[in-house]
Amino acid sequence: MINPKLANKIATGVIYGLVLVVIAILAALIGYILVTGVPHISWHFLTTQSQSFLAGGGIRDQLFNSIYLLVLTLIISFPIALGAGIYLAEYAPKNWITEIIKTTIEVLSSLPSVVVGLFCYLVFVVQMKIGFSILSGAIALTFFNLPLLTRNIETSVESISDLQREAGLSLGLSQWKTITGIILPASVPGIITGIILSAGRVFGEAAALIYTAGQSAPFVDYSNWNIFSDTSFLNPLRPAETLAVHIWKVNSEGITPDANAISSGSSAVLIIVILLFNVLAHWIGNRLYKKMTSSK
Amino acid sequence: MEINKKILMPSKETRQEKFGRTLSFISISAIVVLVALILYFIISKGVSTFTQNHVNLWDFISKQDWSPSTIGKDGKPEVGALPMIVTSFSVTFLSALIATPFAIAVGIYMTIIGPKKSRGFLQTVVELLVGIPSVVYGFIGLTIIVPIVRTLFGGTGFGILSATMVLFVMVLPTITSLTVDSLNAVPKHLSEASLALGATRWQTIYKVVLRSATPGILTAVIFGMARAFGEALAVQMVIGNAILMPKNLITPASTLTSQLTTGIGNTVMGTLGNNALWSLALVLLLMSLFFNILVKLIGKKGKLK
Amino acid sequence: MMKIKKWSLMTAVVLMAGSVLTACGVNSASNNKITVVGSTALQPLVEEAANAYQAKNKGLSITVQGGGSGTGLSQLQAGAVTIGNSDVFAENQKGIKAENIVDHRVAVVGITPVVNKETGVKNISLENLRKIFTGKITNWKQLGGKNTPIEVINRVKGSGTRNTFESNVLNGETAVKAQEQDSNGTVRRIVATTPGAISYLSFSFVDKTLQPLSIDNVKPTDKNVETNAWKIWSYEHMYTSKKISENTKKFLEYIDSKEVQDGLVKKLGYISIHNMKVKRDAKNQIVH
Repeated sequence: MINPKLANKIATGVIYGLVLVVIAILAALIGYILVTGVPHISWHFLTTQSQSFLAGGGIRDQLFNSIYLLVLTLIISFPIALGAGIYLAEYAPKNWITEIIKTTIEVLSSLPSVVVGLFCYLVFVVQMKIGFSILSGAIALTFFNLPLLTRNIETSVESISDLQREAGLSLGLSQWKTITGIILPASVPGIITGIILSAGRVFGEAAALIYTAGQSAPFVDYSNWNIFSDTSFLNPLRPAETLAVHIWKVNSEGITPDANAISSGSSAVLIIVILLFNVLAHWIGNRLYKKMTSSK
Repeated sequence: MEINKKILMPSKETRQEKFGRTLSFISISAIVVLVALILYFIISKGVSTFTQNHVNLWDFISKQDWSPSTIGKDGKPEVGALPMIVTSFSVTFLSALIATPFAIAVGIYMTIIGPKKSRGFLQTVVELLVGIPSVVYGFIGLTIIVPIVRTLFGGTGFGILSATMVLFVMVLPTITSLTVDSLNAVPKHLSEASLALGATRWQTIYKVVLRSATPGILTAVIFGMARAFGEALAVQMVIGNAILMPKNLITPASTLTSQLTTGIGNTVMGTLGNNALWSLALVLLLMSLFFNILVKLIGKKGKLK
Repeated sequence: MMKIKKWSLMTAVVLMAGSVLTACGVNSASNNKITVVGSTALQPLVEEAANAYQAKNKGLSITVQGGGSGTGLSQLQAGAVTIGNSDVFAENQKGIKAENIVDHRVAVVGITPVVNKETGVKNISLENLRKIFTGKITNWKQLGGKNTPIEVINRVKGSGTRNTFESNVLNGETAVKAQEQDSNGTVRRIVATTPGAISYLSFSFVDKTLQPLSIDNVKPTDKNVETNAWKIWSYEHMYTSKKISENTKKFLEYIDSKEVQDGLVKKLGYISIHNMKVKRDAKNQIVH
């Protein structure tokens, strides 16, 4: 019998060891991408159009498309996930139907992206005639986002102490008011994590977008603010290649002489953009949290 | 009269309540409808291999030759998916098996024993990993992991082992962040009570915190496995993508997802070649359902009473 | 009151979303839109040509997407797209009724076997190449190279590149079960880094990281393809339905024009359809 104090020490040591291994792997991975990619990033790279066969192409449109796609996806998926997460955490009766719903949502997240992509292609692009567009892409990505985001909101809401609920109810508030006024503000930090994770998925997804948002980047006019114009950068119905799709395309069928440079440069840009988004989301989350819960 | 009306009319709170309940119910219904739609789509397409093309179900899950568009020796098309089922199964299982202890360790570190500063840092790093496109994981695997496996274990370096290592890194963020969530959701008073009773920190973690977070951690593992199941582009580059029964961990093999992804663009809808690929998607769905139920059963057994 | 207000608000939002969606549906069906879907390999060429063409013809909108030859042909057959790009003859694609669609051959692509640089082999006989891909020769030593086992990297079944390679090299035999990769880029990387690897690539993807093989001392060059001295080549097809709009017809004529054939086609590593001294049919026979 090992004495508890020794066990405590050993276990702590093992945990530190495992954490160190993970940190080493992650640092090496991100370091590798940044070291190989950052030298290729320049103002020119970020602000010019891509090239099919000449060297010196940039990623301006792809970068913008990725961000725009993320915004659209969140607009579609966040409200649904929020409602569903609240339902599962607060209202759902504890019975087998709820269990089945939870299970199917979990199973949904294991579908290969190409299956979801083709499904959305056949239903939204072809049947509903939305065409290859950012909107179709956002719908496809909503399928990926919903399971994780719903699950995340559910856990963050559940993790708020029951004391808070009781306090709200005892003040005579309705359960709904308690949720929106007390529980949700308190779970903002957890929800922000979920949004960041799903944003990462949106930035990194390629296979599903090939069939929905498309893999071509037609001419886009950044001074055209008319959302219905074909060349407007804001038009959600134009086809749009994202950064991840561009990386995939350049690597698989690209014949530009600087394909390697573009690929590693784009990967590094992607990491930096995610980092910025991360910082921004945490910042907004913190402000929201402070404002809504009026804590210091 | 006035008072009577006031009492009989639903209060403002009741109406709010109804409104909110309806709103959240609509959201969950929307998800259920979407899920049902896509499930129906896959099932109807996947089943047609057997109903329209009259492929024997048993042949499909027990034979080892996969080439749906050519006629085999026995005069029937070759649609044996066994090698891919076995490979998908092992890759997913192994990568989740390796990733889980790491994820739990990182989770404990981030929520309980680590300094506050390092938590934010680790969280950011984990979140960054999710956003790296699979293609990039694939290429890094191809340039770093495959040669390492080749020199250490022989063979060509392509195979289940390399795929497991790549997937390990890919599922780590998912499992870790959901584990952190569920560890955070353990009520503080539980661990405080345990510490107050004189338990060491490890005893508290092991016997109280982890135990009550078990269902959440298992869900985290399920989501991690789901990601491993569905991953194609990265796996396909390092596993060799050869439809062979895996003899060991370092011979080329192929997963359901990578066959599906590479084949689907080259076949015509409605033909056996295409239907057979949808059947693979169906198998994938059933397998992840199986994993899901299995993990839940394990969770029920270990649940706090 | 409040309840009614909120409900009506919600209904309004749903209705609006619905009408926006249907409005879009009507828009995209209009006549001056051309949708091209299919072969990933052909996509860059058509996309570039479309960009140049749109710059000259304002008001025309051409969308060019990938998705694979099979997708292109089946979506054309289903009437969902205007043009289906394909690396294979529609006659050779199962499930496609080739007599209902029209073939427009827009370029020729040459395909060459490539090996890892360390193998020490630069020329091979067609016979031996076949033996490698059917699994009868398994070590480079047997061909006068280094003592390294041969690692065959095949292309995905049903892909244009594999069809072309097998119909010109394998002579009806079945290929050995081996790795299958689906893109030129990935194959190039794997062959360049794996000892003893052999695969095949479109000419434009061959670079100094790999060793292309001559077959029976014929070098894989554009000139040899044009005279059919180098046998492993195929057409790039743009299929349309029988009835096409004036705009589509003009766009296809533009791709066939000297401007594109001598410009873009060459820049992207294809061989101009005008330079071919021979013609082939779907059964891989030379037609005179």
